Amino acid sequence: MPARIIQTNPTPFAQQAIDPVSLDIIENALRNARIEMDATLVRTAMSPGIREQGDSFPLIADHNGRMIVGQFGSYIGPFLDGFEGTIEEGDLIMLSDPYSVGGAISHSNDWLVLLPVFKDGRLIAYTSMFGHMSDIGGKVAGSMPIDARSIFEEGVRIPPVKIYAKGQYNADLVKLIMTQTRTPDWCKADLNALIASCRVAARRVVEMADRFGDDLFVSATEELLARNHRAMASLIESAIGDTPVSFEDFICDDGLGYGPYRIKCTMWKQDGRVVLDFDGTDPQSEGSINFYLNENMLRMFFGIYMIMVFDPQILFNDGFYDLIDVRIPEGSLLKPRFPAALSGRTHALGRIFDILGGLLGQKTPEFLNAAGFSSSPHLFYSGTDKKGEWFQLFQIGFGGIPGRPLGDGPDGHSLWPGFTNVPNEFLERYFPLRIERYETEADSGGAGLHRGGNGIRMTYRFLEPGTISIHDDRWFTKPWGVNGGKPGARARKVLEKPDGTQTVVGNKAENIVVEKDDQLHFITWGGGGWGDPLERDPALVAHEIVQGLVTVEGAQAYGVAIVDGEVDAAATEALRARMRDDRDATLPTFDHGADIETLRAGCQAETGLPAPIQPRWQLAMAAE
Amino acid sequence: MAYRLGVDVGGTFTDLLLLEAGTGSFWRHKTPSTPHDSSEGILDGVEAICAKAGITPAEVEIFLHGTTVATNAVLEGKGARVGLIVTEGYKQVMQIARSFVPGGLAGWIVWPKPEPLAKLEDTVEIAGRMDAQGGEVRPIDDADIRAQLEKLKSRGVEALTVSLMNAYLNGAHELRVAELAAEILPDVPISLSHVVLPEMQEYERTLTTVANAAVRPVVGRYVRNLRDKLRGAGMAGQLSLLRSDGGLMSSEKSEEHPVSLLMSGPAGGVTGALWVAKNAGLKNILTLDVGGTSTDVALIENLDARRVRTTEVGHLSVRASALDVKTVGAGGGSIAYVPELTRALRVGPQSAGAVPGPVAYGKGGTLPTVTDANVVLGYLPEALLGGTFKLDREGSIKAVQTIADALGIDLYAAARGIIDIVNENMFGALRMISVQQGYDPRDFALMGFGGAGPIHVNAVARLMGSWPAVSPVSPGVLCALGDATTRMRTETARSFSTLARDSKVSDLTAVLDEMAAQTRASLIADGVPEADITVLFEVDVRYAGQAFEVPLMLDPEMLGRDGIVGITARFDAEHERLFTFTMESPHEIVNLRAVALGTVLELPAPELPKGDGDPIAARLRDHELWMEGRMMPAVIYDRAKLRQGDVIPGPAIVIEMDSTTLIESDCVATVDAFGNILINPAT
Repeated sequence: MPARIIQTNPTPFAQQAIDPVSLDIIENALRNARIEMDATLVRTAMSPGIREQGDSFPLIADHNGRMIVGQFGSYIGPFLDGFEGTIEEGDLIMLSDPYSVGGAISHSNDWLVLLPVFKDGRLIAYTSMFGHMSDIGGKVAGSMPIDARSIFEEGVRIPPVKIYAKGQYNADLVKLIMTQTRTPDWCKADLNALIASCRVAARRVVEMADRFGDDLFVSATEELLARNHRAMASLIESAIGDTPVSFEDFICDDGLGYGPYRIKCTMWKQDGRVVLDFDGTDPQSEGSINFYLNENMLRMFFGIYMIMVFDPQILFNDGFYDLIDVRIPEGSLLKPRFPAALSGRTHALGRIFDILGGLLGQKTPEFLNAAGFSSSPHLFYSGTDKKGEWFQLFQIGFGGIPGRPLGDGPDGHSLWPGFTNVPNEFLERYFPLRIERYETEADSGGAGLHRGGNGIRMTYRFLEPGTISIHDDRWFTKPWGVNGGKPGARARKVLEKPDGTQTVVGNKAENIVVEKDDQLHFITWGGGGWGDPLERDPALVAHEIVQGLVTVEGAQAYGVAIVDGEVDAAATEALRARMRDDRDATLPTFDHGADIETLRAGCQAETGLPAPIQPRWQLAMAAE
Repeated sequence: MAYRLGVDVGGTFTDLLLLEAGTGSFWRHKTPSTPHDSSEGILDGVEAICAKAGITPAEVEIFLHGTTVATNAVLEGKGARVGLIVTEGYKQVMQIARSFVPGGLAGWIVWPKPEPLAKLEDTVEIAGRMDAQGGEVRPIDDADIRAQLEKLKSRGVEALTVSLMNAYLNGAHELRVAELAAEILPDVPISLSHVVLPEMQEYERTLTTVANAAVRPVVGRYVRNLRDKLRGAGMAGQLSLLRSDGGLMSSEKSEEHPVSLLMSGPAGGVTGALWVAKNAGLKNILTLDVGGTSTDVALIENLDARRVRTTEVGHLSVRASALDVKTVGAGGGSIAYVPELTRALRVGPQSAGAVPGPVAYGKGGTLPTVTDANVVLGYLPEALLGGTFKLDREGSIKAVQTIADALGIDLYAAARGIIDIVNENMFGALRMISVQQGYDPRDFALMGFGGAGPIHVNAVARLMGSWPAVSPVSPGVLCALGDATTRMRTETARSFSTLARDSKVSDLTAVLDEMAAQTRASLIADGVPEADITVLFEVDVRYAGQAFEVPLMLDPEMLGRDGIVGITARFDAEHERLFTFTMESPHEIVNLRAVALGTVLELPAPELPKGDGDPIAARLRDHELWMEGRMMPAVIYDRAKLRQGDVIPGPAIVIEMDSTTLIESDCVATVDAFGNILINPAT
């Protein structure tokens, strides 16, 4: 039974005509309210993941639960459909169970707070925010065990519950939840911060309704949704073809030794709507790399990519959802069946962006970006220090932005909005470690007219014994280049003992024991290159050698010969001519570096790690 | 008689304001700026204004100056070539820049990454390492340092910066580099991170130190040149510059620490607003400084301007105290347009600037701007005072009509739409510094100045509920007035980083005493008599684990009486006010700061003659303007002829040499004793 909304004032909102200026003003005011949510959260949260790295996402929705401002699309509709209870003034709902909201939050680490906003007895809006908690209990510190076989191993899972019911705080419930985590202080503060952010936005919504009138405010939200619908309809009409185009990419492995996992999407236009069909995507994994992809979230991602190019000032909202038909096969990596483990979903979530980019750009290569830093590499380090105190670090890494139509991809940056690194001096002060090296990895960005951004090399020296876990991807498949650009370099992790011995460790590895003074070289992948590398200005290549972003050997990918630090013009000319002769006349739109079988064959030699084994279900299916 | 001269150099005009400190008499003067060498325009102005007052430059005791020279050096990339020396493994600290990409999801697709302020090829690493407690992990090596310095020397760097890991706790390694640099690069100025900004966070500390180094030669040249010219003109008095935080510092000190000047320009307006507010009997003010391309806003509470610990210039966020001035790309030159896809009305941030400018100026502009909308609506009369300059109303109408057509509404509705949206953008900036900081804008008056502030101040005050809307006396030279009326200031900070429950009052007091001595000595060195110096303290507190602190005033007497608990109780109250909740987590005392201030100039403002309430004598002519959805009759007044106590019913326009004040239809303005126009709702 869907949720029952209790309003003391049953008068429906009256539809009012709204002039374009008031509409734009309300749009702006909502945008400001959203920014204020972020600001409140960052200032009051405690876990480094939220306060320094900004791993959190706000939303303001209309009274029907449709997102007016935000980034990930609204989950409120599916939530209301599945919530057996009432929504009343003074309620504040919290949840973390991905299966309770159709995957709108995609692993249990994300705690979501939902505040229905009432004004004069009527539900006028919702504000909501979710953020990544550093630890929610379960079998490993950080609560994201890559080898989990079910969601029950991934810590506390909170169904939709009211932590405030009609204004009454349920302290026992919060106590129960906080008892499950290894970091209750952080979780408490972060939860408070999420609530404060929602309350701030709710206050702004009520002020806006006061200023413009409740009916006009509600009418404005309707019109904002309608405006998005119109804009997207015309975009779809002009930018998407009737002929299906497909694109596929891979998750390298599942942390259990199997991989790669295929994600495939086919797109076409039908009756003025876009169909995004994930048929051909591999079945769900036994491990935790499953990504429960919410259809609305995908619609939002798709819309953002479309709108970004045409009117970046527009607010993304839910208005265009019915223009996009999303089909995801049940039981696939993107729609796993309960109780599949979900905590390692970050890799597939990121890869969706490469797939959308590849899909949309196929017919308009001038708008195409290369493959890039479409994930959040994680490092966990925990243990008990000399004083007997528990320490626990969760770090998100960054890497190379892909080569873009606009120009080179920035080195060592974040694809996620608002994310920043945690200052190394902060890490050193509050955790038993030292960051010996923090730089980008030369030559890791794919060669191209526009170079892909370099990945990051971050060297951690551990000052206390403990355990570390690593979650990363793109170590087996390569970040592809486009329009003649070359793939970027793959990710690598190397553990170095005090005596200098180095061991390559896995990119999805759980509970590696480290000793004092062990060093971990955490190297992320580079972005793919964009356009023909032989067209890049040799002087620029030489300049980047001086800067240390490219090496003399790396310059060969651009056909640039360097002698004593200077470009040898004649040799460069000759080298480029020879390279042009040796390749096909038409450059490939996509350059994946090699096919899966070739990658498998060379894996051990190239990466120092055994190739992933073809997942077992495929054998089973082949037998059917 | 003691004369003070305030000088503000703008893009088009250099404004001067000369004060006779005893009587409060003042003279103002505007002269064209000379961008190739600002000192020329300044000198022209100095001679002209001294002649007006009948004095010689030698009689000017203090020359006070707000300047954008440091800001422009950063914005236009004209800073010095900076060599940067960092810890091994950190060469790309400026390149990585905390990995931050602005914009929303997919924002990276369209983000042009700015070049680092210190070039990567001019950055070198040295061996040696401090740990996070300030202890040495690995020693530095002189030979290595010399080699790296030679490398920078061969690259021709003009300024040197040293920023080593954890140097905020122990600057010994940086100091040794400085010693060796003095040998190898004797003529290159050097900035050390632990001196410029002894605070945690390697990127921010490095950036701030680099910014300081980059603007140092430019500012140094500028200041020395200006000082020489002024001395040549016979001015023997002291030369002081306006800091970003609204205080003054000696020109000598500004040469060493120019990073404190990055917001010097906008600070002038805010300090000027402070002086006006004091005279007008207002304590809480929001300022609205509207220029051609942007608007600066700030908050003054209880006659003290709100400050922040970071200065934002362009894409850079530098750690130096500044008045909390927020800037939005909304000004008279902001261009209105209607994107085809959404058919929404957008205004700015693109601006027609000074060239080609609004269509109304007839300098070749063709795109509709905010100024054009003001002209169409009749808010800016075609003929400005003096009759030297006539606005092209026909041109404005034609341009705004394109917006009307795109939106399918009539001309005046489109023009008013442009004004409403630009006002809304200003409102957004004002909310950031008021509502979002926990202040209720209804407790504040709104003061509009700069070229276009007084024309928008009434409408924006209505949005904010901030009354009265104030058009200050001489709104065009308020910055120069601010320069002339503020006081000397210096500050210092110490990291404390101790839980409140582990802190003793005596520990705090020891640090406060030490900082007081240091800041006092600094002001005394700048020529402030010891008896005139006041020292104030601040403490930054947070719940242990939070990343951001809340600053609180700290009074040693209060500390003695209420103890540490007094601080944490005040913090809890402030946290509740700002963020709607408090926590049981322990409190951390993060930083302590001392601010030493010279005396405030007690400058009486000259009064206007008393009138009888009827502004008829100042009436210039009848006029028509569009408001409340229709054309309505209005009156134009000459500001110079207004008397104190005059009551002007809206709609009305008050014009003067360089500014126009709009009083809306359901409002009424009164002229106070000093000539400030205070606008309130009529009912």
